[in-house]
Amino acid sequence: MLPDLSITLVFIAGSIGLLMGFGGLLTWVERKQAAVMSDRIGANRAYIRIPFTNMKLVWLGLFHGMADGLKMLLKEDFKPRTYDQLAYTLAPYVVFAPVLLVFAVIPFGGMIDPGKILPSLAGFFEGRTYPMQVANLSAGILVVFAFSGLTILGTMLAGWSSDNKFSLLGGLRAGSQMISYELVMGLTVMGLILVFGTVDLRDMVNQQSGMIGGFLPAWGLFYQPLAAILFLTAAIAENKRIPFDLPEAESELVAGYYTEYSAMKMGLFMFAEFIEIAIVAALFATLFLGGYNLPYMNDAGFTLPGGNTIAISHGFVVLLQLFTFLAKIFLLCVFQIQIRWSLPRFRYDQMLSFAWKLLLPITLVNLAITAVIVWIKDGAR
Amino acid sequence: MNTELHTSVTPIHTAPGIATAARVTPTLPSPSDAPTSVPRQELHQLRYNAGAHVRKAYWNEPTMTLWERSYLPEILRGLTITTGIFLRNMFKWVTGRKGALTTYYPEEKRADYAPRNRGKHILTQRPDGSPQCIACNMCATVCPAKVIEIEVGFDVNDPAHPKSPVRFEIDYSRCVFCGLCIEACPEDAIRMVQDVPELVSNDRFNMWLTMEEMLTWNPQSDVLKPYPPKGGKPIVGAPVNRDESRGGVSSTH
Repeated sequence: MLPDLSITLVFIAGSIGLLMGFGGLLTWVERKQAAVMSDRIGANRAYIRIPFTNMKLVWLGLFHGMADGLKMLLKEDFKPRTYDQLAYTLAPYVVFAPVLLVFAVIPFGGMIDPGKILPSLAGFFEGRTYPMQVANLSAGILVVFAFSGLTILGTMLAGWSSDNKFSLLGGLRAGSQMISYELVMGLTVMGLILVFGTVDLRDMVNQQSGMIGGFLPAWGLFYQPLAAILFLTAAIAENKRIPFDLPEAESELVAGYYTEYSAMKMGLFMFAEFIEIAIVAALFATLFLGGYNLPYMNDAGFTLPGGNTIAISHGFVVLLQLFTFLAKIFLLCVFQIQIRWSLPRFRYDQMLSFAWKLLLPITLVNLAITAVIVWIKDGAR
Repeated sequence: MNTELHTSVTPIHTAPGIATAARVTPTLPSPSDAPTSVPRQELHQLRYNAGAHVRKAYWNEPTMTLWERSYLPEILRGLTITTGIFLRNMFKWVTGRKGALTTYYPEEKRADYAPRNRGKHILTQRPDGSPQCIACNMCATVCPAKVIEIEVGFDVNDPAHPKSPVRFEIDYSRCVFCGLCIEACPEDAIRMVQDVPELVSNDRFNMWLTMEEMLTWNPQSDVLKPYPPKGGKPIVGAPVNRDESRGGVSSTH
C-alpha cells in the first residue's frame, strides 16, 4: 500500500511538474521560434540582476515567461457585471483541469523497478515493479477523449457567462469547431485501435516496439500514415490554434470566448492552450511514434532488424525512455509551433466544411480500408 | 466557367446596340428602368433573369491548379520555406553571426540611416567657435511641440552679437522633428544632421539635448561657412559624421 502510494505520488508530482514546465517553456519557445523564422530576435530584454552586483542574467529572454506570469498574477482581476458569476469563475478551471487530467493515462516510460534503481529502497519496495504512468487504465484512449471533451464545456461556459457578444460568438464557434474536430480525431484513432486491437495506450506502445516486414519500426505512423496527418490536423483544430483559431480570432472577435477575462484567469486559458500543445504532442508520440521507445527498443534493450539484441541495464533503460519521450514531445511541440506561425487562418465556413466535407470522408475511407485489411490479415473470418 | 454563364444570359430591357457590351457585365434593370406597370415581384424575376444571381466575373479571377487545391503539398511547401529560414537563422546564430535584421537599438547603431534622415539638431559656430545663435527665440516660438528652451546671455563687449544663448536645450522626448526651427532661424544657427542622438533613458527628463552636445558639429568643409572654426574655444567631442557621400552634413538652408 505505502510503496504504491508513494510511487504514484512521485509520478503525479512529476507529471504535473513536467506539464507546467512545458507550459512555461513553450511560451518562450513560441516567441523565439516565431522570431527566428521571421528574421527577428524575439523577446530578450527581461533580466534578473544578481543582488549587489551589476551582473544581469538575460539567458536569451527566458525570464520573459516569469515576468509575464508575475504580471498576470499581480494584475487587477476584473469582473464583468454578468448574471452568472459562478459559471464565469468556474470556466477557466473547467478548461484547465481536464487538460492536466488527460496526461494521467499517457505512459511516459516502461516498467520501472524502484528497488533496482535505488538499492537502498529495495527492502521498501520488495521487488515490485510499476508502470511509469499515473493511472494505468485499460480504457486508455477512451479516457483521453472523455477528458478532452470536457474542455468544450469550459470554453462554452466562458463564452456564455461573460455576457458579451464577442464572447458568446467565440463560445459558439469553439463549441461547433471542437465537436466537429473531435469526431475526426476519434475516428482517426479508430484505425489504430483496429490495427493494435486494444485501447490501452501502454499496450499500444509495447506493440510498436516490434517491426514491420523485418526492418521498419512498427510505429503507428507506418501503419496509418494518413491517420497520423489527420490526427495532427484535428488535434491542432481541437486546440484552437492558428490556422484553426476562429473561436479567438482577434481580428473578428477581440479574444473570443475569453474576451472578458483578465489577470490569471486569462492566464489559465493561455496556459491550458500551451499545455495542450504538449498533450497533443505526447498523444501523437504515443499513438504514432512508438511512445517512449526508440526504434527497435523495448523494456529489455534493443532488438535490431538483423535479429541481434542489445541488452542494457534497467536504470539506463528508464533514463533513456524518459529522455526519448521528452525529446519526442519537444520536437512535436516545435513542429506544431512551426505550423502555427506558417499558415494563415481559415474562414469560419471553410473550417467547418474542411472538417465535415474533407477530413471526415477521408477518415471514414481510411477506417474502412483499414478494417478490410485487418479482416483479411486475420484470415478473412 | 463564369464566362460561359454570362454569354448565356440575354440581357433584357437593353437596346440591341449595346447588347454586346452588356454580355460581359450584364446591366441590371434598376427600378427606374423598368416600366411602371411591372409589379415588384416581377421586377425581381426580371433582375434574376438578367443575371443578378451570377457572381461578377473578374478579369483576374483566382485560379488554382489541382495540385494547389489538394492543399497538403502547398502547406508542406510553406512549412519548408519557414523551416528553411528558421534553420538558416539558427545556423547563423550557432556560428556566431546574426540572422535577424533587428538592430539592438541602444547597444547597436544602424549604419544605414537614409541620407536624408534628419534626426539630430546641431548648432553652427562662428570661426572663433562661439555659437552662431543670437538667442532671438524664433525657433522656440515657431516650434509646434514647444520643446526648445533658450536662456539668453548678454555681452556688452561684443556689439555685433550682444545676445547669445547661455543655455539652449531641446526636449527630445517631445520633439516631432518637423524642422520648422531650421526654417525659422534667421542666422542659420540651427540645423539638423543625419545622425541620431544617444538619449536612451528610462527617465524622460534625461532626454534633453544640451548646448554642449549640439555644438559638437565639426565638418571638414561647408559651403557657407569657414569650417572648421579656427581658434576660440576647442570643440568638444568627436565629429559627428564625416561621410559626406551620405549627404548628411551639408544641408544649408
